Amino acid sequence: MTTVPVDASCAAPDQSAPLPASVDLEKETVITGIVTAADGSAVGGAYVRLLDATGEFAAEVVTSPAGQFRFFAAPGTWTLRALSRHGNGDTTVTAVRGVTETGVQVG
Amino acid sequence: MSRDTALVSADWAEKNLGASGVVFVEVDEDTNAYDGGHLPGAIKLDWKTDLQDPVRRDFVNKEQFEALLSARGIGNDDTVVLYGGNNNWFAAYAYWYFKLYGHGDVKLLDGGRKKWELDARPLVKDLPNREQTTYSAQEPDTAIRAFRDEVVKAIGTQNLVDVRSPDEYAGRLLAPAHLPQEQAQRGGHIPTAVSVPWSKAANEDGTFKTDDELRDIYAAAGLEDGKDTIAYCRIGERSSHTWFVLKELLGHSNVKNYDGSWTEYGSLVGVPVALGDEPGKA
Repeated sequence: MTTVPVDASCAAPDQSAPLPASVDLEKETVITGIVTAADGSAVGGAYVRLLDATGEFAAEVVTSPAGQFRFFAAPGTWTLRALSRHGNGDTTVTAVRGVTETGVQVG
Repeated sequence: MSRDTALVSADWAEKNLGASGVVFVEVDEDTNAYDGGHLPGAIKLDWKTDLQDPVRRDFVNKEQFEALLSARGIGNDDTVVLYGGNNNWFAAYAYWYFKLYGHGDVKLLDGGRKKWELDARPLVKDLPNREQTTYSAQEPDTAIRAFRDEVVKAIGTQNLVDVRSPDEYAGRLLAPAHLPQEQAQRGGHIPTAVSVPWSKAANEDGTFKTDDELRDIYAAAGLEDGKDTIAYCRIGERSSHTWFVLKELLGHSNVKNYDGSWTEYGSLVGVPVALGDEPGKA
C-alpha cells in the first residue's frame, strides 16, 4: 500500500505542483482544472470552493499563478465555485475515480 | 464577549494599520501567503513551527508562548488582530490559543485574507521590525480546551458538534477534499455529535454570518441551551472557528474546543464510532 506524505493539517497544498507520485489514482478522485477570465486568461489567486451535491461546502483552495486548482474528492456530482477580483463563476462536474478535469470561468 | 469586542471589519483594520498598540498577526500553516504579500505592518505566526511543540503532539507551553510573543514584539497590553487564509481557520485557532494563555485584547479580522484580497486592499512584502518585549502569559485556561476522556464522557450528555464537512462526518471522506484521503484512522464521527459544518457559519467571502443567522443555525441543528458544548473537527482548527462563533460571537458560556479532534478520537482503541449521516446513539 502506498502512503501519501501529507502533514496532518488542513492547509492547501501548492496547487501548481504536479500530483505527488505517491498519490494513488486507483483510490483518489482528483478534480483539477484552471480558472479563466472571460478573455480566456488564467486567473491566479482565485478562491475555488468545492460544494457537494447538496450545495454544502466541502473545501476551498487558492489557484496558482497559472490559475490551477486541485481537489481530492470522491466519485459523484460536485459544484466548483470560483471567487475572484475579476468576478465569480461556477460549474458542475461529475467526478470519477482518477483525474477529472474541468475549467471554471469567472467574470 | 460579543461581535463588537471579538471581531473587526476590514474597513476598521485598514484604518488602523500602523496604529499604536495594535498588532496585526497573520496565522497560516503555509506561510508562503504571508511572504507573497501581507497586511502592512503585520507579523506572521506559523501554525505548526511556531505554535506546536516540535516533539510531542501538543501545543507550545506557557514559557514557549511567552518566548515566542516576546521575540515577535507583542506586548501584554497590545490589541492583537489575527487573520489568515483558509477562511480564518488557523487565525481562529490562534485566537483560541491567545485566549487560552490569557491575552487581554485579541480580535479576529472578519473575512481574513480572502475578503482582504477580494476587496483589493493593500498587501506589502516589507517585513516589520518590532522591538522585543517581555511577554507574560497566564496558566492555560482549560475551561476552553477539551481532552479525550471528557469527550468520551460527553457522549449522550453534552452538546457535541462535529464541524467537518458532511462527507467526513458520515465517514465517506477522511480529510477535507483539498487533501489526499489516505489516513491511518477510522472514518465516522463521535456518537451523538450533531453535524454543523464550520462553513455554515461563514459567508462565501469568509465573513461571519449575522448573530441572528448563527443562532438559528445552531438551534436548528439541535444544540441544547443549558448544556455544555464541545466542538471538534479533524485537527482542531476548523472547530476553533466554530468555538469562536459559539463562545465569542454568540456568548455561550461553556464551550470547549477539542483540539485532538478526529485524528485522535478516530485512532483511539475501544471508543464508539458512528457511521452515516445521523448522530447515532450513546
